[in-house]
Amino acid sequence: MNIVVCIKQVPGTTQVKIDPATNTLVRQGVESILNPFDAYALEEGVRLKERFGGKVTAISMGPPQADKMLREAISLGADQAVLLSDREFAGSDTLATSYTLSQAVRNIKEYDLVICGRQTIDGDTGQTGPEMAEMLGLPFVAYVSKVEDAANGTLRVQRLVDEGHEVILLPLPAVITVTKEINVPRLPSLRGMAKSKSAQIPVWTAADIEADKQSIGRAGSATVVVKTFSPERVRRGQVLQGTVEEQLEALVGKLKETMII
Amino acid sequence: MEYFLNDQQQMMRDLARKIAEERILPVRAELDEKEEFPWDIIRELANSDMFRIFVPEEYEGLGGGCLDLCIVVEELSRVCSAVAVSYAAVDLGIIPLVQFGTHEQKQKYLPDIAAGKKLAAFAVTEATAGSDASAIKTTAQRVSGGYVINGTKQFITNGGEAELYTVIVSTDRTKGARGASAILVEKGTPGFTFGKKEKKMGIRASATRELVFKDCFVPEENLLVREGMGFIITMKLFDKSRPGIGAQAVGVAQGALEAATEYAKHRIQFGHPIIAIQAVQHLLADMAIQVEAARSLVYATARTVDSGVKEVSKESAMAKVFASDVAMKVTTDAVQVLGGAGFMRDYPAEKMMRDAKITQIFEGTNQVLRNVIALELRKSKSR
Repeated sequence: MNIVVCIKQVPGTTQVKIDPATNTLVRQGVESILNPFDAYALEEGVRLKERFGGKVTAISMGPPQADKMLREAISLGADQAVLLSDREFAGSDTLATSYTLSQAVRNIKEYDLVICGRQTIDGDTGQTGPEMAEMLGLPFVAYVSKVEDAANGTLRVQRLVDEGHEVILLPLPAVITVTKEINVPRLPSLRGMAKSKSAQIPVWTAADIEADKQSIGRAGSATVVVKTFSPERVRRGQVLQGTVEEQLEALVGKLKETMII
Repeated sequence: MEYFLNDQQQMMRDLARKIAEERILPVRAELDEKEEFPWDIIRELANSDMFRIFVPEEYEGLGGGCLDLCIVVEELSRVCSAVAVSYAAVDLGIIPLVQFGTHEQKQKYLPDIAAGKKLAAFAVTEATAGSDASAIKTTAQRVSGGYVINGTKQFITNGGEAELYTVIVSTDRTKGARGASAILVEKGTPGFTFGKKEKKMGIRASATRELVFKDCFVPEENLLVREGMGFIITMKLFDKSRPGIGAQAVGVAQGALEAATEYAKHRIQFGHPIIAIQAVQHLLADMAIQVEAARSLVYATARTVDSGVKEVSKESAMAKVFASDVAMKVTTDAVQVLGGAGFMRDYPAEKMMRDAKITQIFEGTNQVLRNVIALELRKSKSR
């Protein structure tokens, strides 16, 4: 089973700064790490390869510095990695990102499964996985907490839902996003680290993946970040008075008023 | 301090530290309390190729040397000496095989050791033979096609957990030390069982057990080199392995220094952190000086071993003695800096103090090793 794992470099800190001009994250001077949720995606890809054979390709769209993270992916078991880097990709929202990643997946050609983390810890949207599935026209399951089996061109997975787990059978190729319950990511190995140092990591530009210029970067983004700010925390408590019945009445009234029920 | 580690050594250090901090630190107190062999961590070390370091490249290892081992052992010991010992004892168990084994012997055992699928152990100590290794009573009697081993080894690190044992036996009791031989024995060989598991003061998560041989037949191809080489093999082994004990000592001392410094920065007495008190500052400064001096000696000795010089008995004894005395002193002082908290098992300092003690005792007590150093001094030509 050939697997593509989509990973992203994110600021390794909670002290994120916002560029007031563009309203996007300031990435300079901040240590970058592999998005923690993507580590589960990568680990699951490597485990599936170990179980069913095939190879794992890690891809990431980002600045040239993301090369370091892709090498880390190789030290953690990925067979190869591809960096999607081009000035034209700058300013992408999730739609443009999903398009770019989808084009890269198409360019890889031989793949059976695309795995993403459930979301990133910087953007936090959780949209890229499902959007990619849509663009690639592939079946999709989000929040996979266990891959039970892969056989006869299908994948049997468990999906984490509020009430418990759903077991879903889906035909391959497919796209899944995984939760942190799915595994415990391994630490790198010395041989993997040595391999990652000498690995060739190709850089694909917009032209390499035959991307439509209107669908990438700022031009391809359907959303613009107008403002990013920390919300003011306002807590207003209200103590209900009267008998239990009266309090209940008042509570139900409040809930209806705020359209919670 | 700049120790001019190469890229690969820095990588080993970073990875060993990552394993220690992410996987060992959260469970070290529990492992110590339960005296439980750290199999989960051994598997992590195996997956990260740590057991490949000391195996030659032709047997699926990374062909590392003494310094490489010391770097890893130090990092592991900084967080938990018991794990560091369990790891280093595998190297101890295979050094004779690596140094003296035939290609067939190496091919049979080393790939599995490199992969961390099997652990190894070395066994010389007996109830009546410790520092006096020539007093061993375990015998291997020559029979058709092999040897029959009888006797009991005690205090064997990785005993019961390891699959491969390098055992020093007497093949000719009339010859004393010259009648000793080294033989490889696999776990599961009929007549080979394990005695009691020791309850220890420190390094409690490591396994220390008796090996009991009762009419245990071992094929002749398991003998290392030839009969009578056991004592020489043992001495050569310890010359190579003692810097590793030094590294274990440096690691635990470093861990204690960090714990003491951290505590002193946050413990408020008389309105300020105790690190502002000169008496505490000087204690910490002395600890730091000693740890760095010990590290310098251990690394320099390890490099000397790796350089391939023939005679390193004195140097490796010095590294082990100095570093282990430092470890005992520094961990004791760390407990002192932590005060009442240092005495409590909720804090790491007391475990480090308990763990440090063994480094002054095993692989040659510091007293016997001072004899070794003095003997070399006596043998040296006056200038």
